Amino acid sequence: MSLLSQAYNSRVSKLITAAADRSSFSTHRSKNMAYDHFTILRSTAVPMPIENVDTDQIIPARFLKATERKGFGDNLFRDWRYTADGSPKADFVLNDPTYTGEGLPRKILVGGKNFGSGSSREHAAWAIYDYGFRCVVSSFFADIFKGNALNIGILPVQVSPEFLARIFAAIDADPNTELEVNLPDQTITLLTTGESESFDINGYKKNNLLNGYDDIDYLLSMKDEIVQFADARPF
Amino acid sequence: MPTPTTLFDKVWDAHVIRHIDDGPDVFFIDRHFIHEVTSPVAFLGLEGRNAPVLFSERTFATADHNTPTLNQHLPVADPLSANQLDALARNSARYNISHWGLGHQKNGIVHVVGPENGITLPGMTIVCGDSHTSTHGAFGAIAFGIGTSEVEMVLATQCIMQPKPKKMRISVNGTLGKGVVPKDVALYIISQISASGATGYFVEYAGDVFRTMSMEGRMTVCNMSIEMGARGGMVAPDQTTLAYLKGRDLAPQGDAWDKLVPYWESLKTDDGAAFDVDMTFHAADIEPQITYGTNPGMGTGVTRQIPLSANQADGDASYQKSLTYMGFAENESMLGKPIDFVFLGSCTNGRIEDFRAFASIVKGRQKAVNVTAWLVPGSHIVEAQIKAEGILDVLTEAGFALRQPGCSACLAMNEDKIPAGKYAVSTSNRNFEGRQGPGARTLLASPLVAAAAAVTGVVTDPRELI
Repeated sequence: MSLLSQAYNSRVSKLITAAADRSSFSTHRSKNMAYDHFTILRSTAVPMPIENVDTDQIIPARFLKATERKGFGDNLFRDWRYTADGSPKADFVLNDPTYTGEGLPRKILVGGKNFGSGSSREHAAWAIYDYGFRCVVSSFFADIFKGNALNIGILPVQVSPEFLARIFAAIDADPNTELEVNLPDQTITLLTTGESESFDINGYKKNNLLNGYDDIDYLLSMKDEIVQFADARPF
Repeated sequence: MPTPTTLFDKVWDAHVIRHIDDGPDVFFIDRHFIHEVTSPVAFLGLEGRNAPVLFSERTFATADHNTPTLNQHLPVADPLSANQLDALARNSARYNISHWGLGHQKNGIVHVVGPENGITLPGMTIVCGDSHTSTHGAFGAIAFGIGTSEVEMVLATQCIMQPKPKKMRISVNGTLGKGVVPKDVALYIISQISASGATGYFVEYAGDVFRTMSMEGRMTVCNMSIEMGARGGMVAPDQTTLAYLKGRDLAPQGDAWDKLVPYWESLKTDDGAAFDVDMTFHAADIEPQITYGTNPGMGTGVTRQIPLSANQADGDASYQKSLTYMGFAENESMLGKPIDFVFLGSCTNGRIEDFRAFASIVKGRQKAVNVTAWLVPGSHIVEAQIKAEGILDVLTEAGFALRQPGCSACLAMNEDKIPAGKYAVSTSNRNFEGRQGPGARTLLASPLVAAAAAVTGVVTDPRELI
């Protein structure tokens, strides 16, 4: 057995010992802080009132050739943001000084319904995170994007279509409108008017985000159970 | 009597190692496919943790997204692409994972090579860092796309943390008309329920049309499940499924096969089992389809007009943005619209049946002079079959050439990019802005509609050429 795998096995056995209550996630402790904790986020927002924003728009395929997770924010919304020769398109929101000027960076992106549809590329979530966003608000998220966002520390907040329309209207009226996203309370509030709505997130993922935990540590803590399960599979 | 259960529940529940209260299921994965684009960062993560691959024999690597479709024997010209392909080869070797790289006789698009080699089996759970993993659901497997964090998770633990989706059944009954093929069935369903109509659901396809459909056809429909927002779609395995798989290289053989047959035959939805949503369509309502917009839900019959924005679920601004990008207007007829490119291929329509269908239309005709056609087989096995069946001769006589296997212009990561402003009738799965190249305009359609456009140079009803 190599030194590497000895070290790994000893780490796994410690994790297994630590996971006393196997049905609870509260005993789970991460060794890998993969992303910033998320608790309460107060920020101005970037509005993108476009429906079906797909992951090919968020990051086009030709920018997926890297073998490291670096610099994807530069190409976030590349073809909406830049012309073919690389000059910024003035009418795109990320080039509008109203939203990219003071108080940089805005940490909340507000999109139309069915945000993140299409490809499973986690690069889309990386690009959003790398640009500086920590929360995306929409009335509806595509499943894979939502999972990817949660796995890398972006909070997808699903609000009602009515509340989404009020957020867009509020930002339209005052681009410096602040939003507060409160993960412990699961609420999102328009600070200008005090209007608030609650949002759903499962307890396990909420706990992960609050603490910067990682699924893989949880899974490694139950390795023996997984191996036993695998042995019994017919294929 | 036991409670009637769905096919989806039977397969899902058999893979749950642990249910977390107010959280996801710890979900065991039987087969994991990886490719060069979504795996390198996962391997870096693994390295960072000093973790091994838990079951290397359950993961299969193939290079497809970022490979050239001409001169594959030469070094890959783009250094970034070459680096990504090298990383896949290196990582596969380091962790003892089977790797079908560029030039390997089994190389091809991951969702083509998995089934054609018998890696995909009924009752399995299958994931890949690619949303079109839903393709494998054609075999009665639960198969869906995952992100790179989850690729790392599966490499390290053979599990993911997945909340159980809701269940939807889509039945299509009756008999499909002349010139109406599985791709039309998929595009029709998506046009009816929208590109997000099945978000949050896992779909079972049922009814006469799917029972009589070939495995290639079922793969085409399950492939497009993600385009209606569903994580995946599945068809109950039957004799068609088993006949397709039996004898494939990596499928179980002899006794091992025989022992599995009774289990596979049990994989169907019991009478009276409940779905969260249950909808039915009629085969007679489906004509050859084509899309006119920038999401796969924006499709209609090839003989129809572009719908009015007032009739659309999406907001007027989004609808108009889409038509402006396409250079189309409301109420225009799709028939007769000039075409610049035709793309036959992808994990949606890059299989032997698709090439047979395309050849059936172009046989005895000539490629239109204004059309550039890229015909890209899904794998080397498909390519060999095209040659063996004499299809290549038909294509060559009609003025078409065959390229080498890969994802190609479906996502235009390699050199196969449709130029800005040009129109492509494409048998692939997505018509998003810039999907086939910056500024490219995509019209999704079946291989028959693509062939009809290729020989006439305009959008044409293939039924007039059959």
